Amino acid sequence: MNNSRRTFLKVAGVSAFALTTGVAGAAQAKIIGTYEQGDKALKAKRWAMVIDTRKFTSADDYKPLIDACHKAHNVPAIPGNQEIKWMWLDHYDRVFTDDMNANLPDKFKKGMFPLLCNHCTNPPCVRVCPTGATYKMHDGIIAMDYHRCIGCRFCMAGCPYGARSFNFVDPRKFIADPVPNPEYPTRMIGVVEKCTFCAERLAKGLRPACVEAANGAVMFGDLDDPNSDVRKALAENFSIRRKPSLGTQPGVYYLI
Amino acid sequence: MVERLLTGSKRYYMWLGFLCLLILASFCVYWTQLTEGLGVTGMNRDVSWGLYISQFTYFVGVAASAVMLVLPAYFHHYKKFKRMIIFGEFMAIAAVVMCALFIVVDLGQPQRAMNVMLHPTPNSVMFYDMIVLIGYLCLNLVIGWVTLEAERLDMDPPKWIKFFIYLSVIWAFSIHTVTAFLYAGIPGRHYWLTAIMAARFLSSAFCSGPAILLLLMFVLKRLTGFNPGEEAVKTLTKIITYAMCINVFFYCLELFTAFYSNIPGHMEPLIFLFAGHGGHVAWVTYWMWAAVILAFASLAMLIPPSLRDNMKLLPYALGMLVLASWIDKGLGLLVGGFTPNMFEAVTPYVPTFREIMVALGVYAIGALVLSLLWKIALDVKKGSGHFGEGE
Amino acid sequence: MYNKTYVLAGIIIFVALFTTPFWTGIMSGSYQRPAVQLPANEKECVEPVEYMRAEHMQLLNDWRDQALRNEARVYVSSTGKKWEISLQNTCLKCHNNTTEFCDKCHISNSVYPYCWTCHIEPKGKK
Ligand code: HEC
Ligand code: HEC
Ligand code: HEC
Repeated sequence: MNNSRRTFLKVAGVSAFALTTGVAGAAQAKIIGTYEQGDKALKAKRWAMVIDTRKFTSADDYKPLIDACHKAHNVPAIPGNQEIKWMWLDHYDRVFTDDMNANLPDKFKKGMFPLLCNHCTNPPCVRVCPTGATYKMHDGIIAMDYHRCIGCRFCMAGCPYGARSFNFVDPRKFIADPVPNPEYPTRMIGVVEKCTFCAERLAKGLRPACVEAANGAVMFGDLDDPNSDVRKALAENFSIRRKPSLGTQPGVYYLI
Repeated sequence: MVERLLTGSKRYYMWLGFLCLLILASFCVYWTQLTEGLGVTGMNRDVSWGLYISQFTYFVGVAASAVMLVLPAYFHHYKKFKRMIIFGEFMAIAAVVMCALFIVVDLGQPQRAMNVMLHPTPNSVMFYDMIVLIGYLCLNLVIGWVTLEAERLDMDPPKWIKFFIYLSVIWAFSIHTVTAFLYAGIPGRHYWLTAIMAARFLSSAFCSGPAILLLLMFVLKRLTGFNPGEEAVKTLTKIITYAMCINVFFYCLELFTAFYSNIPGHMEPLIFLFAGHGGHVAWVTYWMWAAVILAFASLAMLIPPSLRDNMKLLPYALGMLVLASWIDKGLGLLVGGFTPNMFEAVTPYVPTFREIMVALGVYAIGALVLSLLWKIALDVKKGSGHFGEGE
Repeated sequence: MYNKTYVLAGIIIFVALFTTPFWTGIMSGSYQRPAVQLPANEKECVEPVEYMRAEHMQLLNDWRDQALRNEARVYVSSTGKKWEISLQNTCLKCHNNTTEFCDKCHISNSVYPYCWTCHIEPKGKK
């Protein structure tokens, strides 16, 4: 439903009614059921991801992860710089821009590293969004409500990680028909989108698509739980994050 | 007073007709943007704001600049500005209308624009920007109308309007400050992350806005004979000169901090703007250098009193000043903010023909609003005898 | 009053035009509920059929907010039955012919939900 128009008309109508009669009736429809989280749902206080880049030797090794992600979410393959990407690869100096070291081993100079939304603890994108279309959930996931997004792209200006994509063109034209995952919606012209840590899969008890495709090279778990995979991996290995000095506290860690 | 719109010379109607045609043409282009998406613009994943938002920013400045007439007239009782003030206020109205339209044409889902009010989010600067812009529009409408009505009836404006006038002075500063906060609070954009952004915005607004006003007043004088008063023009030019000096000074402060500290993030956008990247010079570099030359040339013509008071030269000096500030704020600000991008790489941005057409359409709507409002003001001035050379 | 007759005639024509929707509505007889195609193998909807008929848009609205904003992706209906919250994977699994169900009713009610620009309609629709 064109939610804005609908609610606007409703608000306008109710206020007019209230003004003329002096009674503001409870016009909101009643919801007669209740909601719960589901028994199988994976739960955490603060979801985080640890990518063990040592286990990937080439860009091809990351391909299954990216394909799994983009298939699961019907991400279109748009050529050119108006593209959409939820997970992608880039060179070390583009990913870790703060580390301006020209004398790194070849593995870093030439290697590719995966990028995705960092699900920050202090997300600038949420701070700037004027409609609450992007928001932080209680488990630390930075989610998008595509229904509410007005496409102002303030979040894209705000995100220091370039994790957000805008639908400059109709995405359906760049997705196979039938879509790769008929269970998940596509997006439309004029809204912003990004990785959601597969919130819809977590609700069903499944781990994120890229984690599943990585055969253990990517860990996913609760950062607030000292016994979780991710905490153990971080305790035993040296890890880095992207642009830590900005204080966003990214939830994606890289073992290098 | 509205009925005064209906009587006018042939030239007046032809001008309105021309504007309407332009608006219609650009609306057709906008329609293609609505149906095909913002893909018709030159914006992209890395340079996600472009011409539209930069024009929005520039015209918030133009709107705020009315305060440069209001403040001397009401805080310092500088009577000479009283004749011209209504034109400044009406220009502010037209500018705010343009701002709103530039935001709307920039939205990916304009039909959902009401979401900003339906889901108010006080953590977003955009929310405050909306509030202050709407407030400023209302203030200027009320003040402009009430004072003009008083002039028409040859009375003093009612006392209560003073309160709104004082409020509008503070408000004008707030609209441009909040607009600067849109940029200055974003963590990863080096070119924008600077505390002096709001001050720079205000100084550039307070030189360019009154300069645009004066240029338009000169045109008006040619067309209708309305005389803003030589003394007023000279005083306003002085204000413009000071503001421009401060504006250039502030920009130099940025240069110092960036290059003396030698922090790459601070230097890179400036290097890109003025010297290009990796041996390639982007189109924006030529514009930036043009802005530098125009800025200093205009200052050279404005600072010496003998040149400044030369009414033949003045339009040229002001024109150069407006162009320089427009390039700085209307192009450089956005391109520099997004280049280098979040990966410290360069993604080119060039506005497309359709993007420019849509922007022209918004300009035309602004011109239309301005023409209509000024027509009313002029007719009232004619009726009350505040029109020709003397009082 | 000047030109009394013209003004009055104008007002009458205006009122007549303004109220045409009512007149045409009254003339064209009562509203016929469209014959929608109900799911073949199912007996019950997620809530009683009268409720669904009147409130399904509110329900979907609420589902969306609960699922996306509260991470509550299970709906417990008034009868205590549990449903996975999903437009595509719940509603449309039963109502798998949107043309003959949702669209048919919406067209006769002149509402055009824009959900299908993103949500995938079941096969067989083109
Ligand atoms: C388990 C299968 C099933 C699911 C899931 C389901 N429905 Fe239904 N729905 C039915 C059946 C069967 C009827 C007819 C019930 C009757 O006539 O008593 C019905 C009736 C309706 C009606 C009223 C049609 C009329 O006769 O006027 C609407 C509207 C409706 N459903 C919408 C929805 C929506 C929206 C959803 C998702 C929130 C949904 N349904 C999910 C099976 C289902
Ligand atoms: C019995 C007729 C009927 C059927 C069947 C029906 N709808 Fe509706 N629907 C309506 C009516 C009537 C409205 C408008 C109500 C209003 O605006 O308050 C509506 C409105 C909506 C809206 C809100 C649209 C807007 O613009 O506000 C959505 C979303 C919606 N329906 C979804 C569905 C879906 C999905 C189905 C099929 C699973 C469905 N409807 C089946 C009658 C029906
Ligand atoms: C801009 C594209 C878009 C449009 C248009 C859209 N949706 Fe969605 N919708 C999504 C996406 C993406 C999700 C997220 C799915 C998830 O995370 O599980 C979603 C989720 C939902 C959900 C909750 C979970 C689920 O999987 O169904 C509901 C309910 C829903 N939408 C209803 C609607 C209704 C009703 C409409 C039409 C009025 C609509 N949507 C229009 C993109 C859209």
